[in-house]
Amino acid sequence: MTRPAVVELVDVTRSFPGPPEVQALKSINLRVDAGDYLSIVGPSGSGKSTMLNLLGLLDRPSVGEYYLDGVSTGALDEQQRAALRGGKIGFVFQAFHLLPHRSVLDNVLLATLYSGVPRSEREPRARAAIDRVGLNHRVDFLPGTLSGGERQRVAVARAVVGSPELLLADEPTGNLDATTSGEVMDLFEELNADGLSLVIITHDRAVAERAERSIRITDGRLLELA
Amino acid sequence: MRLSLRRRPAGGPVEGAAPVDGTEPAAAEGTEPGWGAAREIPRADRFSLQDLLVEASFGIGAKPSRLIMTTLGTVLGIASLVVTVGFAQTAAGQIANQFDSVSATQVLVEPATQRGSNGADVATGILPWDAPERVERLAGVERAGLVADVDVKDLPVTSVPVNDPSAPATASPSVVATSAELLAAVRGTVVTGRYFDAGHDARGDRVAVLGERAAEALGINRVDSQPSIFIGETPYTVIGIIRGVERRSDLLDSVILPLGTARADFGVKAATELHVQIAVGAGALVARQAPIAIAPNAPENFTVTSPSTKSDLRDNIQSDINVVFLILGGIALLAGGLGIANVTMLSVMERIGEIGLRRALGATRRDIARQFMIESVVIGLLGGLIGSALGVFAVVIVSVIQGWTPILDPWLAIGSALLGAVVGLAAGVFPARRASNIEPITALRGS
Repeated sequence: MTRPAVVELVDVTRSFPGPPEVQALKSINLRVDAGDYLSIVGPSGSGKSTMLNLLGLLDRPSVGEYYLDGVSTGALDEQQRAALRGGKIGFVFQAFHLLPHRSVLDNVLLATLYSGVPRSEREPRARAAIDRVGLNHRVDFLPGTLSGGERQRVAVARAVVGSPELLLADEPTGNLDATTSGEVMDLFEELNADGLSLVIITHDRAVAERAERSIRITDGRLLELA
Repeated sequence: MRLSLRRRPAGGPVEGAAPVDGTEPAAAEGTEPGWGAAREIPRADRFSLQDLLVEASFGIGAKPSRLIMTTLGTVLGIASLVVTVGFAQTAAGQIANQFDSVSATQVLVEPATQRGSNGADVATGILPWDAPERVERLAGVERAGLVADVDVKDLPVTSVPVNDPSAPATASPSVVATSAELLAAVRGTVVTGRYFDAGHDARGDRVAVLGERAAEALGINRVDSQPSIFIGETPYTVIGIIRGVERRSDLLDSVILPLGTARADFGVKAATELHVQIAVGAGALVARQAPIAIAPNAPENFTVTSPSTKSDLRDNIQSDINVVFLILGGIALLAGGLGIANVTMLSVMERIGEIGLRRALGATRRDIARQFMIESVVIGLLGGLIGSALGVFAVVIVSVIQGWTPILDPWLAIGSALLGAVVGLAAGVFPARRASNIEPITALRGS
């Protein structure tokens, strides 16, 4: 019994009805195995957002099939997809998206609301996740009092608290300076070393080059870089 | 869709391979044994009502000053509603309390009049001399008395018949005749002496009772010396002076004779008014029965003036107050609802990032919509509670100042608070739909 690929895209096309009809992704095949570390680069308008939407189960392919952790996602209804998204995928965004009036702990707990973490386990797991990103001295702080790097660590803690299979990071270092950026990337790599599959969408060449695999999207087509 | 969250029938294996159940959708088809998404999530663990309420309360509490402004419209609307209905109820209670007043216990029966051929009003009925006895047999009647105007044909009414050509002409007091029971029926009191009785009436004794002001005008203030007044040349012994008589205050300016005396001396043909004192609340009944008792064959020949019934008064007052204030309250409530809708909409727009994030974390569109609906409903309920409390306070305080008994239906307070929640519910529909339609990635990459 082999572990299925965490992500498997088979001939996926996503087109937006026109006129003119736009094919944002054209017949893409992609496989991400458990523990892979992948970066996706490409100019704006190349289809990165569409890719992120598809991988994050926020959009459906027009043609083709997407298997997430072995599950065919095409036939799932909205609720099932939401449950799968909450349980299998962690998101990290460029703008952090922390709720400004809630403490660090509350922000991390937010992810446990939708992903089905048993109520009694929520707080211990949130504290463990905060500890994991090295912020246990900031548990009761409000996001406004944290530095950019610390905020992104909170976002990472929030992404991993539900024990996802896949971490989707969208320009995670876009709002950070070079030093903090490096620290956050170190954190990502530690998580990856623990077995978490990591997909980073970026246009920062330095960030992209740290990944084991790098994929370029140009005009809706994938090109695996060496 | 509730069941679709459960990946397996309740009670089935929680861990391990998904038995491919025919009723299960394609979710399980691509699943290889041992892996896959087939993890059962108990409903209690995924965004339960408790979680929903906690999240909504944070959303509401984030901006307290805005919350106050948002609830204001609902507060005003609900408060004016409670005040309006509360005052109507209180006023109705007041009327019931004041019911035992003179005006509410007095019935007046007069012959109906018709415009005659010469243009003058002609009475179409005649009050019989035994009318008081007839109506006193009716339930609810306590006393009745007749009054007749006496035409003295320019005869002067004086206390001393002095023929003084140089004296200025003075207006004589008017002369009326009444039955013996009238004084009680119109609730007059005797200042000194006594009122005449049925005996004086039957014998046609030449006695008179003076109204307080008439006595003053005639210079008579005591009756123990048996003073006389003269109508023309005829002397009448004054046996009493009266005051009070709220229903016929003109009696105070009059010389009052027994009916029998007036019939004998001045040829009075018929009484002009029948005053009836009734029990509280008997007005409608007496008004219907009195004409029949007086003239069974022609009851339509009498007009009856009776106090308005309690329900008439209440309806009048309620409709006066209610229409104006209910409209105002409705407008305020509408404005309040629009205010909530507006602010919830603003809140949705401000929290696009949060909405996108929640979607990315696994919230469904419905979860998002429910959250904003709850926020809107709670804001409405809050406004309803505050408005309801303010309204009750206003009614109580005004009642205390006015010395009224505040009367409020408890369901009014509860119901209007709930009405606030309904307003919030209606106001939340559009923003909640808007929030649930936000595209997560657009929202998340936007800022």
